[in-house]
Amino acid sequence: MTRAFLRLALTTVAALAASPVFAQEPKIDGADTAWMIGATGLVLMMTIPGLALFYAGMVRKKNVLATMAQSLAATLVVSLLWAFVGYSLAFTGEGAFIGTLDRIFLAGVTLDAVSPLAKTIPESLFMIYQMTFAIITVALVAGSVADRVRFSAFLLFCALWLIVVYVPIAHWVWGGGFLGTYGLIDFAGGTVVHLNAGVAGLVAAYVVGARRGYGSENLAPYDLALAVIGTGLLWVGWFGFNGGSALGANSRAAMAIVSTHLAASMGAFTWMALEWWTRGKPSVLGMISGAVAGLGTITPASGFVLPMQAVLIGLVAGAFCFWACTWLKLKVGYDDSLDVFGVHGVGGFIGTLLAGVFAVGALSATPELPGGVHGLLEGNPQQVVAQLYGIVVTLVWSGALTFVILKVIGALVPLRVRQEDEVMGLDVSLHGEALQ
Amino acid sequence: MKIVIAVIKPFKLDEVRDALTRIGIHGMTVTEVKGYGRQKGHTEIYRGAEYQVNFLPKLRLEIAIASEQLDQVVEVIAATARTGQIGDGKIFVMPVERAMRIRTGETDVDAL
Repeated sequence: MTRAFLRLALTTVAALAASPVFAQEPKIDGADTAWMIGATGLVLMMTIPGLALFYAGMVRKKNVLATMAQSLAATLVVSLLWAFVGYSLAFTGEGAFIGTLDRIFLAGVTLDAVSPLAKTIPESLFMIYQMTFAIITVALVAGSVADRVRFSAFLLFCALWLIVVYVPIAHWVWGGGFLGTYGLIDFAGGTVVHLNAGVAGLVAAYVVGARRGYGSENLAPYDLALAVIGTGLLWVGWFGFNGGSALGANSRAAMAIVSTHLAASMGAFTWMALEWWTRGKPSVLGMISGAVAGLGTITPASGFVLPMQAVLIGLVAGAFCFWACTWLKLKVGYDDSLDVFGVHGVGGFIGTLLAGVFAVGALSATPELPGGVHGLLEGNPQQVVAQLYGIVVTLVWSGALTFVILKVIGALVPLRVRQEDEVMGLDVSLHGEALQ
Repeated sequence: MKIVIAVIKPFKLDEVRDALTRIGIHGMTVTEVKGYGRQKGHTEIYRGAEYQVNFLPKLRLEIAIASEQLDQVVEVIAATARTGQIGDGKIFVMPVERAMRIRTGETDVDAL
């Protein structure tokens, strides 16, 4: 059964090699362009309103608007800086460590410009598609310090962290830098997005410190219904995130979407079952947490593995992320308010590693690399080494530089709001508004 | 005159109101309140973080009546608001010194 399915899937994807995506000569393709425009919209929708609702639903009523403001602010700041300088540094040139300034302020991104990294769509589209990834990664980090971080400090963080942490890692993995050339596979952002945001979130939770009343007061979510709606938008948006990472309208994109959906379902099911078993009730927060864990974890593997392997990845994701959020966090004692590390950090780590275990060569075959990328199960243990290398580099760079950035910002403005403002709520104290 | 203060489970309001109307009580004030007694609260769990919720939502009814209606009113509230489960609430009775209907200036029992 599995074997027959595997063969079927392999013949399906074998047709890929002949598709226009892998044509040598850059030529803008209508179908690819149409899909990528749609995918760009889907990924932006993941942050506003997806992540904004997901996060805001998990904080207390007095901090709902301030939490949404963080997703909005990340969108504004990152979008502008990405067009000014971020895209150029991340996605041009062949430098091992950083790109060039060739596309600064979008110079040269003309109507007929095409990036060598995406040969069948306009470069303007490739630029804005990648922009939406940078936005959500920065917005994700905010969850760990929700309920207490000062808005001005967060704005500075968005700008500095984008340029110092996100842009280099994106270049190393996707823009022709040393991790990609070493052989790391990361389809849609296990290292660049999820592990990166998760580690940064953990460091930020430590530097900013725990919420007032953490461990003693009731910090229960105000409206999990908002979080459920946010999860739905994230989930659907993820089809553009992973499916769009094929950079074309092709069967690899479709396969990635199938894998993504199944991993999310299995992640949610696993978390629900474990919570029911260990805590007596299957909570709604548990189900949506498991779904996001499954989505984040399948991300790096989505274009490299087959759907039934994605189900397995979803299972591992649900179990490990549940453990990280409900046991590890309490044991170690850090206050990562919305579990950025427990869900995205742990998920990104597992997914990146498992991509190296399960990678099926036929899915990533190109004219340049006819065999595609083989994982451990196809007899290539070296791929697991490449994945671990990528994980360690991301962990160290993101962890260390996030720490430095926060210390620098902390010297300019206080990272936290005043204690009385925290008690009153960030909506009123930072934004002069409140939910009635 | 007396004022009867009854703290009851929210879902019992309509039943209590209907029963009181049947015995000729035509007005009351209702407030949403939170509190605890023997019922204590309950535990909520969010991603492993357990929170003890100590204050449970209840309704507080205030009913001003003539003294001779007192026994009947208390009896009716107790009978209709009772589920037999812990947390059914309490009834308090206090004397009222004066009463006035603002529109007409009627006082005391006439004002009820």
